[in-house]
Order: sequence, then C-alpha cells, then structure tokens
Amino acid sequence: MSTVDVASRPVRSVKLQSERASTALSLGLVTTYLTLIVGLPIAALVFESLNGGWAGFWEAVSSPEAVGALKLTLWTSIAVALLNAVLGTVTAWVLVRDSFRGKTLVNAIIDLPFALPTIVAGLTLLALYGPQSPVGINVAFTTTSIVLAMLFVTLPFVVRTVQPVLLELDQELEQAAKSLGASNWQTFRRVVFPNVLPGILSGVALAFAKAVGEFGSLVIITGNLPYKTQVSSVFIFSRIESGDRAGAAAVAVVLLAISFALLLSIGAIRHYATRHDRD
Amino acid sequence: MTSPLRRIGLRVIALGYLIVILVAPLALVFYRTFEDGIGPAWDALSTPETVNAFKLTLIITAIAVPLNTIFGIACGLAIVRRRFRGKGVVNALVDLPLALSPVVVGLSLFLLYGLDGWFGWLGDHGIQILFSLPAMVIATIFVSLPFVAREVVPTLREIGDEQEQAARTLGANSRQTFWRITLPAIRWAVIYGVVLTTARCLGEYGAVAVVSGRLQGETETATLRVEERYESFDLAGAYAISIVLALIAVLVLVAMTAIKPKEEAA
Repeated sequence: MSTVDVASRPVRSVKLQSERASTALSLGLVTTYLTLIVGLPIAALVFESLNGGWAGFWEAVSSPEAVGALKLTLWTSIAVALLNAVLGTVTAWVLVRDSFRGKTLVNAIIDLPFALPTIVAGLTLLALYGPQSPVGINVAFTTTSIVLAMLFVTLPFVVRTVQPVLLELDQELEQAAKSLGASNWQTFRRVVFPNVLPGILSGVALAFAKAVGEFGSLVIITGNLPYKTQVSSVFIFSRIESGDRAGAAAVAVVLLAISFALLLSIGAIRHYATRHDRD
Repeated sequence: MTSPLRRIGLRVIALGYLIVILVAPLALVFYRTFEDGIGPAWDALSTPETVNAFKLTLIITAIAVPLNTIFGIACGLAIVRRRFRGKGVVNALVDLPLALSPVVVGLSLFLLYGLDGWFGWLGDHGIQILFSLPAMVIATIFVSLPFVAREVVPTLREIGDEQEQAARTLGANSRQTFWRITLPAIRWAVIYGVVLTTARCLGEYGAVAVVSGRLQGETETATLRVEERYESFDLAGAYAISIVLALIAVLVLVAMTAIKPKEEAA
C-alpha cells in the first residue's frame, strides 16, 4: 500500500518538502511523547534494579518474601485465567446464542469492571464477602479473596474477545456437523472450539496480565499479610513505603518482563488467528 | 439446536457468575449507602476534603484525556499509514500500559523523578514533580495512554486510504485531508477511545497512590480518598464516594453502549 502512497504523491518539490516536514514533525511528536511518558520511566526502573549489579538484583528477587509473593501472584493468576477461560466463554456463548429478557442490560454490565475504579471493586467485594457479610460468607484476608477480586477485574476480557468470534461464526457449519451425525459435544469440540480458541487464548492472556498486576482491588480485601495474601504488586508497594527501592525495583522488573512476554504472545496469537485473512 | 435444558443450564451459570462477582456486591454497597436515606451520604460527600479529592480527579482527567486523544490519533496514523524504523518498539510501548501493573508504573515514575532520579535535578530548580500534581498527571497519562490509539488503529486499517489519496490527487494538502477526510471517518472510534480513557483516568488508583504522597486535601484523588476513609473506619464516607464513582462508571457504560454500534457502522 505504501508504494502506491509514494507513487501518487504530487511531484511538486515544495509541496513534497512540506509534506515530509509535517510527517517528520508528527512522528517526532509521537516518539517524544512515548519516550517521555513510557520509555524513560521504564528505563529508570530497569536501571535502578541493576544498580547493585546482577548479584544485587538476584538477591532482591530471591528473598523469601519476594519469592513467596511472586509464587502467590502466579498461581492465583493462573487459577483466575483458567476460571475466566471457562466462565468467560460460557458467558459469551449465552450472550450470543441465548435470548432472554434483559440480555442487552447483561451485555452492557460486562464492561462495568473496566469502568469501575478497582478500589471500589475491592470495597464492594469486602462488603458482601467480608467480616460484616449479610450472607455469612467471610473470605477477607484469605487467598480466596485474592481470586475473587482478580475475577472481578478480569471479567470482561475473555467475554469480549470470544463474543465477536461467536457472532461471526457461521451456524451452518454446526448444523452440517450435526446432520452428519455429530453429537453436541463433538460439534462443540471439533467445529466451535477450534474457531474460538484464538479468542479465548488472547482473552486469557489479557486477563492473566491484568491479574498479575492487579493492585487497587486487592489493597483492602486481602489485608496485605506477608507470605499469606501479599501478592507482588502489594509487595512492591510496601517496599516503596519502607524505602527499599532496590527490592521494589527488582520485583517490578520481573512483572515488567511478564507483561512484555504476555503482549508478545497475544501478538503471536493474533498473527496466527488472522493468517487466513492475509494474502 | 441445543437442548433447552442445556441452554438454561448455561444461562444460569453465566448469570449466576455475574451476580455473585459483580451485581450482588455493588447492590449491597448501594443499599448500605442509602440505608438511612440520602442525608448521611450527602454529608459524607460534602466534606471539604472529599470535594477537593473529586476536584483533583477532574483536573487530572481534564489534562490527561485531551493529551492522550491527540497522541492517540497521531500514533494511530503513524502506525497504520507510515513506514518508519522502530515501529515495532512504538507498538510495544503503546500496548504496555494495558499489561503492566499500575504499581510498577508508579514506581518507575517515582524512580525517574525522585531526588536521585535522572530528573531529580528539576527539584533543585524549584520544579516539584513528585508528590504533587505533575507526577499524578503523568502517572494517569501513562496508564490511560493506549485507549484512543487502540480504537483508532483498526478503524484506520478498515477504511483504507483510497479516500485520502483521492483528496490528495484533487489538490488537498495533508492538513485538509486530515480534517475533512480522515478525522470524520474515524470520529466514532476517537469518541469511544475518549470514553474509555476518561473512565481509566477517573478510576486510576495504584500508580497515583505511589507518586502522590497522599497529602489530605492536596494530593488526594477520589479513589485515594475512598481508601483513606476506609482506613479511618468511616465506611459510610468510603461507600458514598464509591457510589459516586460507580454512577460515573454506569454513565460510561451508557456512553459505550450508545457509541459502539456507530463505531462499527462507520
């Protein structure tokens, strides 16, 4: 496409020059803004984490408290990602294939966790599932509360990546499978599932990334107990407050690496899923 | 197609999940806030500290949203319409805030603008960044950076550049092409992105919590105020502020629901 772009440009050199100048200017502004807002802070973080050399970084990352927090973060996030894969897909399915009164409303509130501040999410979960629970369920300051809060904030991701795929999926394929004698389960596994899998995977990766980094909703409901309910983001925050910048930076770099790895895999999933759309 | 029993089973799972995770907790907080009428909630909201917190949140949002909108459009155009070296890096950095912990964002800014940071010298010249408005604005810009760009990119790809090229052939310069052709074509994507950005700015907590210093009445935003009220055992106050933030979230949802079909039709 860009070759056409170049070829069709007017040849008058003055105009060409000013066009080039404005392109360069807008590109310059974009990269400057990105560097100032995102690039430099991230560079400062990586720099700080390596301030004490490789050994210092390793010492900070491998402290029992940091390892405990990271393990807790990872296994709760994995649990949340798996739960999302199942419940998110079911929810998307119901929103696309089922019809009932109030479906539009249900569809709209799926995005509520995105629009609602995370601190409010934590507070509302604590109201219902905390010490003053009117239904007698108290999971405050336990691992269950971490999973609950993470489920709340990650709710939209899988639903919103699977929903459009299901909408576009031709139902005739499923009918054909059925008429050829496939059972409901076979039809789902052989026809529907392969089609929605990339959607599920990229939604799960986004949900996992969000869960690993989640902070606001966990502050109140988990009580920040080291080894028991202290996830990595909360660990980093408490290290900043106690003035241990090296310790905070080292664990933060680990989370940064996880974020980059997840973004890369989401990119790869998209690339794979759209391979038929490209020529 | 699917047996009715199975369909109803799936419906019960999906709706039950939404009620347990989302609807019931919110409904309870709503009920608790207005249990004794609207009076206590109003009193909690009208304290000077809370009013200030909301003002600060609005000021930060009013700065961050326009900047990220302009950036998002320019960045989307650069990603879709231009070829340049380092495009992969630009793409990765734009997406990063979607996947990065807000606390890590806050820490990065804390390190950059802290006394020993690369920009620590600004403080020697009387320019206060950390623990004041500028750092809170930068943190908010960071976390809400991707939304306009991410909405604009697919729309730009979809509309293609035939119309833009036609305009150029007919003698329009790049400014005219942008204002008359490109911007009208992507306007719903931009508006949708602005709504998402606004929601993210109003609700930001983690990054701002790190860089604000949390001085009551000075660097305390609405979300920070919720936590402060909770820590001070003023549940009524925390609930009242939460309800206002939740109502804003509902407005955002209404806007999203109204705009999405237009964006997809465009």
